[in-house]
Amino acid sequence: MLETVLGLYNYWIVIVLMMAGFYTVIVRGNLVKKVVGLNIFQTSVFLLYITMGTVEGGTAPIVDAGADLYTNPLPSVLILTAIVVGIATTALGLALTVRIRESYGTLEEDEIIEIEDRMDGEV
Amino acid sequence: MIPPLLDPAATIAAALLVPFTGTLLVLLCGRWPNLREAVSLVTALGLTALVYSLLGPVLAGARPTLTLWEVIPGVPLAFTVEPLGLIFAMIASLLWIVTTIYSVGYMRGNQEHAQTRFYACFAVAILSAIGIAFSGNLLTLFLFYELLTISTVPLVTHTGTDEARRSGRVYLGLLMGTSIGLQLVAIIGCWVLAGHLDFVPGGLLAGHAEGWPVLILLALFVFGIGKAAVMPFHRWLPAAMVAPTPVSALLHAVAVVKAGVFTVVKVVVYVFGLDLLTATPGVSWIAALAGFTILSASFVALRQDNLKRRLAYSTISQLSYVVLAALILAPLSVMGAALHIMAHAFGKITLFFAAGSLYTAAHKTHVSQLDGIGWTMPWTMGAFAIGSLSMIGLPPTAGFVSKWFMLGGAYQAEAWAAMAVILASTVLNAAYFLPIVYRAFATRPAPAADPAQAHGEAPWPIVLALTLTAAGSLVLFLAPDAFLALAAQLVGGAP
Amino acid sequence: MPLVQNLPALQVVLPLVAAPLCLFLRAPRLAWLFALAVSAAAFAIAVSLTVSVTEVGAFTYAMGGWAAPWGIEYVIDPLDSFILCLVTGIATLVLLYAGPSVEAEVPHRLIPAFYVLFLLCLTGLLGMVATGDAFNLFVFLEISSLSTYALVAMGRDPRAQTAAYRYLILGTLGATFYLIGVGLLYMMTGTLNMEDLARRIPAVADTRTISVAIAFLAVGLALKLALFPLHKWLPGAYTHAPSAVTAFLAATATKVAIYVLVRIFFTVLGPIEAFQTLPAAVHETQVVGVLAIIAMLSGSAVAIFQPNLKRLLAYSSLAQIGYMVLGISMVSVTGMTAGLVHMVNHAMMKGALFMALGAVVLRIGSPRIERLDGIGARMPVTMAAFLIAALSLIGVPGTSGFVSKLYLVRAALEDQHWIMAAAVIVSSLLAIVYVWRIVEVAYMRSPPADARPVREAPLVMLAPLWVLALANVYFGLETTWTVGLAEDAAGFILTYVPGEGPLSEHPALEELLEGVNGGGHGPAAEEGAH
Repeated sequence: MLETVLGLYNYWIVIVLMMAGFYTVIVRGNLVKKVVGLNIFQTSVFLLYITMGTVEGGTAPIVDAGADLYTNPLPSVLILTAIVVGIATTALGLALTVRIRESYGTLEEDEIIEIEDRMDGEV
Repeated sequence: MIPPLLDPAATIAAALLVPFTGTLLVLLCGRWPNLREAVSLVTALGLTALVYSLLGPVLAGARPTLTLWEVIPGVPLAFTVEPLGLIFAMIASLLWIVTTIYSVGYMRGNQEHAQTRFYACFAVAILSAIGIAFSGNLLTLFLFYELLTISTVPLVTHTGTDEARRSGRVYLGLLMGTSIGLQLVAIIGCWVLAGHLDFVPGGLLAGHAEGWPVLILLALFVFGIGKAAVMPFHRWLPAAMVAPTPVSALLHAVAVVKAGVFTVVKVVVYVFGLDLLTATPGVSWIAALAGFTILSASFVALRQDNLKRRLAYSTISQLSYVVLAALILAPLSVMGAALHIMAHAFGKITLFFAAGSLYTAAHKTHVSQLDGIGWTMPWTMGAFAIGSLSMIGLPPTAGFVSKWFMLGGAYQAEAWAAMAVILASTVLNAAYFLPIVYRAFATRPAPAADPAQAHGEAPWPIVLALTLTAAGSLVLFLAPDAFLALAAQLVGGAP
Repeated sequence: MPLVQNLPALQVVLPLVAAPLCLFLRAPRLAWLFALAVSAAAFAIAVSLTVSVTEVGAFTYAMGGWAAPWGIEYVIDPLDSFILCLVTGIATLVLLYAGPSVEAEVPHRLIPAFYVLFLLCLTGLLGMVATGDAFNLFVFLEISSLSTYALVAMGRDPRAQTAAYRYLILGTLGATFYLIGVGLLYMMTGTLNMEDLARRIPAVADTRTISVAIAFLAVGLALKLALFPLHKWLPGAYTHAPSAVTAFLAATATKVAIYVLVRIFFTVLGPIEAFQTLPAAVHETQVVGVLAIIAMLSGSAVAIFQPNLKRLLAYSSLAQIGYMVLGISMVSVTGMTAGLVHMVNHAMMKGALFMALGAVVLRIGSPRIERLDGIGARMPVTMAAFLIAALSLIGVPGTSGFVSKLYLVRAALEDQHWIMAAAVIVSSLLAIVYVWRIVEVAYMRSPPADARPVREAPLVMLAPLWVLALANVYFGLETTWTVGLAEDAAGFILTYVPGEGPLSEHPALEELLEGVNGGGHGPAAEEGAH
């Protein structure tokens, strides 16, 4: 039991982060906090990939005469791409947040919904 | 008889192209009413000539076929001219000529709006009716069936009033709802069971299904063919009476409703086959429903004061005659069903023409207003009387012929209940038609308080049209040979 | 012919490279024409790919010369080329249409950026179809999604921004779920190449990791294709996005998501024979089928009450997505055929409907039903096309929608799924109701007395609209191409067997490392997984 918990500690970290991020996205009403939650959620996935590529005792995957066991470089490379995607998403999300704040004067979801309901009623 | 103009397959193509071209020309000539109506008339004449040129080959036993491309693998767009379809096509095209003449008088006499749309939709509706009549498989039939529904919606809602809108909703909802909700399922069911959808003499499903699936499919077809107006899916027909009278006359006494019962007969004969249905228990329940429709619609008709509504309920009742006769499953009664399509068409169109004539000349729409009108409008009411006789099924009208065969079939099959229904409804028919005739001729009109309300006969095209159809009812009693021969071929008689 | 050999790459790279160039063409009209030319070229490429596929069968293309499974591989099979044609064809039509529509709906200075985003979105969609690599698919998914969020936000209404924001949150969640699923698959198999995955998964199919991966993939993709109950983003995004974007998204984006669903679940995960295959699991419990039925019924029912026609059509799209997923969830050749055929047919009908609505918005300024009294008489050409496409939506015979429903109901009856058949029919009946509501307003009311006369939409908008409307009729009467291809593809997918190939070591890698230091050890992906 202890071994399951400690031996797979990296996965536990991933799961905790993932759930924290997911919870933030779903529950928080503030649009910026949602973006932050989304970021945490994505980061947990990055960690998932990177830890799965690690080989115990392996070194960084740089060809060197002294090393004969390397960490799998592929997940890291993949995650590099995913990080770029994540940054783009964050940037776009925040840019939208700015524009929403300009249009609605608020970043709280319930207030925005209230304003939108009024807009629907007006027409 | 007109000699064949083209080879039969080309004639089928032409019969579909002529109304199509007619539609386009009508739309193009919208600005010149005289030209537009001339185009309509020429189209109707041309179509009729084409359809009648097929009579010779079909009587000689030929089944001209035109197969176009495959719509879905194994199911092409195909047309086959067989006796039943030819009967329907002959009636629809011939009466289109008469109706066109009538329409000219009616639409101008009442200064209706959007006449170009009216004539164009009319032509599309006839195109669809011909497509249905000549369809070679269920898919083709369904395609034109829906086209007929869609093309008649603008005609039903022609006036654009709130009432028209409401009626349009009922009309489209019931016709399209039943066809997509039930008929389509039945068609796909046939496709799954038999693997194809072609009409086969002896039955598409014969050998592919038996027992309860057959019964379910039959129920889906009978109810799904909403145009046959079997209760409880009959409400669209009274609703459609809001349309101008030529529409009620040709479409809701001939083309649309006949397309419905035609489809029922066609399905009974060519999809199920009489043998399969005879071997299936429970068919009589569906026939009983048709019988119920005959009687209850007649009772409702008795209580209608609005003339067109009374005619509509009479139509509902008469349509179920055809359904009932087909489901008696005796060869004679199936012949009766086919003949009744013809007989009812001539009779009912006459009655509607008369109703429209009364409306155009005297602006009268209700039975109670017709006291003594036979003396001012003798042609109209004379034709009405002949139409009524045909509805009741008395000689010397075509209605007698079809009813004779139906009763003969009921006797043949020992379907005593059906026979009782037919006889009882004959009495009912008399009860709701004869008082109108009596009222028109036996009473004296109240002297018109206002001389401005005095009127004579309707415009001559109207009178001409209703005289022609009334004469048709008489002629078909005296000389129904061609139709009899076709109907005999339908149930396997030698050509 | 080197050019022909490079076509699969060019298909994706062309719009990608062309996209930023739009920014340099500062004049909106130039950017429009340029984007239009690029998408037309992409369409030409897709057509020529289709031709080669029909001639020689499926072929692969190794990106940058790196052989699969080490490098990223593009695979073009008949299904792919079919979808590529659909996407590029619709893109070309929508771009032609977009010119005047975008000028009216998007701020002037943003127009070149609009075309950049549009081409990027196209790149993403094409990449998702062409690639044979599960991770590469994620990258293209995000390329198309990110550009879509920005496109949606370009709508005039401030609600477009919140709609885009919600789409961004849910879309990113969906994509990340997909990423987790792919990560778990990689953990168990050490490969990302789809064919390689298909070969290796059966050996580890019984593990819980694979089950979890399937769950993540399913939820992620369901979010992307807006399957009930994960559809919340769709109505808002479709309603408030610029008309051209809505037309493009409705016709292509969800279709590609469905394609990905089919690809992942039937070819990548397909070879697993135990309960773990989602299709089989679905077949037993019919989870997806039930969700699809709820989507069909609720989408159609909600559509009836929408006063905003764009939103109405968006809810109708939800229902139609239900049709496609329903067909696929039956796991039979007929069902799959129905799903795929409807994918194409729905692209045509919804494309035409949203285009017609966009033309109305251009002239009237609003897609709300109370503003459209008598629009049938005021814009007869536009509304006639709308009517044709709407009939196709109902499934009237003679239109492509009829063919879809024919196959869908047939598939349901064949397998005796009575409820599914009934649901399809009921949903069609509901479609009659909402279409008729529009018809009544458009054709049976007179225009408001104070209505200023409106012109028809410009020809560049009417032409693509009518092309799609007539395509609805054409593909309703002549289905050899659509049904034939879909049947082939359905057969191919349901009997998919991954080709032979190296199962463990990658010789290419060994050689690679040898070339560097004259000996060494391959990275041990498998050992990496605990």
